[in-house]
Amino acid sequence: MEVIRSQKRTPSNDTVSNPKIPLYLTAPQMEVRLEEFELFAVDRLRVLKGVSDGLARGRNPKEMDDLVDTLWKEHMRDPDASLMFNKDIISHFVLRLVYCRSDELKKWFLSMETALFRHRFRLQNFEAQRAIVGEFGLPYKAVTGAELEGLKERLGQVVRSLGQISPTVEAVYYKVPFEEVPDLVASRRVLIQKGYAFVAGSQLVSLVVTQFRSHISKALILTNRKWTTTIREREKDRLTPIVEALSTSYLGPDYSQSTEYAEISLKDIDQVAKSSFPLCMRHLFEKVREDHHLKHGGRMQLGLFLKGVGLKLDDALAFWRAEFTKKVGSERFDKEYAYSIRHNYGKEGKRTDYTPYACQKIILSAPGAGDHHGCPYRHFSEDNLRAALGRMGLSSRGMEGVMDQVRNKHYQLACTMTFEAVYGTSCDAGINHPNQYFEESQKILKSKTPPAPV
Amino acid sequence: MFITSEFTTARNLFPYTDIHKWLSYGHDGKHPGCDEYYFGRREFSFTLENDVYLRYKSFKSVSSLEHAIKSCFPYKIDIGAVYSVDPDKRHAYSQTGTNVFTPVERELVFDIDITDYDDVRYCCSGADVCSKCWPLMTVAIKVIHTSLKEDFGFKHILWVFSGRRGVHCWVCDPKARRMTNEQRSAVAEYFRVYKGNENNARKVALMGYSLHPFLARSYVDFLKGFFEGELQANQSIFSTKDKYDKILEMISDEDIQSELREKWEKSANRSSLSEEAISLVRWEQLKNTLQSKKHKAPTLRMCVEEIVFTFTYPRIDLEVSKQMNHLLKAPFCVHPKTGRVCVPIDPNNCDEFDPLAVPTLSQLIEEINSGGSKMDVDDDDDDDDTDTSLLGKSIKFFRSSFLEPLLKSCKEEIESSYKTKIGKSKDSFSW
Repeated sequence: MEVIRSQKRTPSNDTVSNPKIPLYLTAPQMEVRLEEFELFAVDRLRVLKGVSDGLARGRNPKEMDDLVDTLWKEHMRDPDASLMFNKDIISHFVLRLVYCRSDELKKWFLSMETALFRHRFRLQNFEAQRAIVGEFGLPYKAVTGAELEGLKERLGQVVRSLGQISPTVEAVYYKVPFEEVPDLVASRRVLIQKGYAFVAGSQLVSLVVTQFRSHISKALILTNRKWTTTIREREKDRLTPIVEALSTSYLGPDYSQSTEYAEISLKDIDQVAKSSFPLCMRHLFEKVREDHHLKHGGRMQLGLFLKGVGLKLDDALAFWRAEFTKKVGSERFDKEYAYSIRHNYGKEGKRTDYTPYACQKIILSAPGAGDHHGCPYRHFSEDNLRAALGRMGLSSRGMEGVMDQVRNKHYQLACTMTFEAVYGTSCDAGINHPNQYFEESQKILKSKTPPAPV
Repeated sequence: MFITSEFTTARNLFPYTDIHKWLSYGHDGKHPGCDEYYFGRREFSFTLENDVYLRYKSFKSVSSLEHAIKSCFPYKIDIGAVYSVDPDKRHAYSQTGTNVFTPVERELVFDIDITDYDDVRYCCSGADVCSKCWPLMTVAIKVIHTSLKEDFGFKHILWVFSGRRGVHCWVCDPKARRMTNEQRSAVAEYFRVYKGNENNARKVALMGYSLHPFLARSYVDFLKGFFEGELQANQSIFSTKDKYDKILEMISDEDIQSELREKWEKSANRSSLSEEAISLVRWEQLKNTLQSKKHKAPTLRMCVEEIVFTFTYPRIDLEVSKQMNHLLKAPFCVHPKTGRVCVPIDPNNCDEFDPLAVPTLSQLIEEINSGGSKMDVDDDDDDDDTDTSLLGKSIKFFRSSFLEPLLKSCKEEIESSYKTKIGKSKDSFSW
């Protein structure tokens, strides 16, 4: 795959009698524009993250099929089928570079790509599925005619043993060495004879997914080797920064410009903190009020959040000054703290308008002694978290669901469940930014009349 | 425990050459396609007299194997996997890169132990075995052997008496030896039906509307007949309240349970029939009742079959089969507690096998002392039919029905893969 800066696009040279799902067996021989390199990868990443979300929420296979269908149409579709196909391939290979670089990344990518493949496969019609099986080069023959007739009775028995009262023996069965379908053998879901398992068309998923997974797993190891030995260094001014940023990228709105919902004034801030702040910011806010101080991590996390929420610079300065001067005095405040607040708002230094932190970044932070930033779902002890959730108004039953997510390390889902419990509504999009939590909360409260103080 | 002179006999009677031939799988160095280091990569383990356990032993040749056994005096010899490098040199290789110490081949093995059936046999428990419960092992062999051949297509299967209360199975086809742990696990799970522990009364749960063809065949060809015949005769599983309560608890309908319980309590003292006859009558009554009521709930659909499977279906030790590196006792060892030799069992005649008639070490010693047989069984020039010694029959069976067909097929495979390799390199001659 060649990455170029030119505007021109060279048509791909893939031998394209296109099965609808590429198998990513070899790196594509095509030219890719630098912008597409990143854009395609980001779109595919949105799909994979959606898959991850769906799995974490325990969606059943049919629901996952629909979810994948929706996600794919939303992010990866292109009216031109061959362009869509190219995007599919390019985005996969770019993400391989991104996710080959550590065991944790590899594991996640492998799981998500396999799940994506499984559900895309299930959505195909039988002919397309057969074509894909063929693409793998698996030497499985379809059983037909006299051989099939001879097996029909026992194949029917297998179907009935799996709970179907009237056996529908499918039209096509594949004769596969039993070693290739261990899970079907173990659960006695197939007829086995003389070392061959007779796999129904509908069971084919199991077969191909195993092959797919195994192939991607090996490929990731090779990609990692190539990355560390040649690519990373060679591309350090071009592709490498993009690759390194992609694995931690947050893909939602950046809340640097506060919206109409989110203008708050100083006099409202306490009430709004109680009613609409997510737990992480509520905690920081309470600590500022309590200790009249916050360490740097906390100042950044809360300060930028407040900016996103609509607190104007003057009000922000007034807020921090009011608290900090109780501890450090007015002179020290002006000298040591005011500057960085102005810096956050882009009024000093290189005048970057800093964006409020997304959940991903907050979760990955490492609060130390005396710090209060970070994500409470990750960084609090179980007892402290329960107490804090209680103060937010969660019942002990509501809390169990949240604690369950925490135990499984799904911190954002825990926060989402908290949101759903507090506001009595579902949040299908899932929380991935504190300012998103705030905005959604404000939307709900403003639509109810009058808003009840929590 | 053994005394030294008995040890000597045991060590001399061990068929080194046969075992070496078997585990070499045709790699005897006589053909250019042979891997002469193959035998040397096999792990053996010795258990010595004071329970000292030595793993990762390997031997380059039959004579070094023999020498080691005759000098270490192990009372148990286990066979492990064939590894990527000689087990006793494994530390010389790093654990990364391409030279990793890892198993590459191992027979597919099964271990069936009669103590796993203690909840369904009334004649013995624990380490004991008798003619009334041994038939459970016989039926297990039949079910598993048939499946290995018919379903999985395996050809080279060796069944061995474990020396006291069970049987081992060694599947030696090349395909079997190369199976991964995942595939072995799949076969073990395919065979698994009994999922019991103290916490559930219904230890066999057969769902669906019919049995899987494998289970159906086992039921029709072996289990049903065994249950209604030999098992009832030996164990009379309905004859007393304790016994039949256990079975009634497997029926997931309280009404049916009480109906039968009442009936049988009433008839308890009034019958002049034998235990066995009573048991059979009650079984018929249970079957009829269930037949008429089985539509009541899905869990009753195959209740009759579930009861039969609970009492008769093979219970294999899954852990033994699942991993390539699991060690298993070598055939022809002498069991330290019973003195019996771990002889092969003929799966096609397993009804005739009697664990209590297996030669013991003391019997063999007596035979030698009275001049009834040669001291050294290892002399394999002896192809004769005149060896009627106690052990001679077993060795002959091992050779003729297992070893010879196996070696023939191994040699064919070595030859053909060699020819393929040569053919390939010929093609690559391009000028």
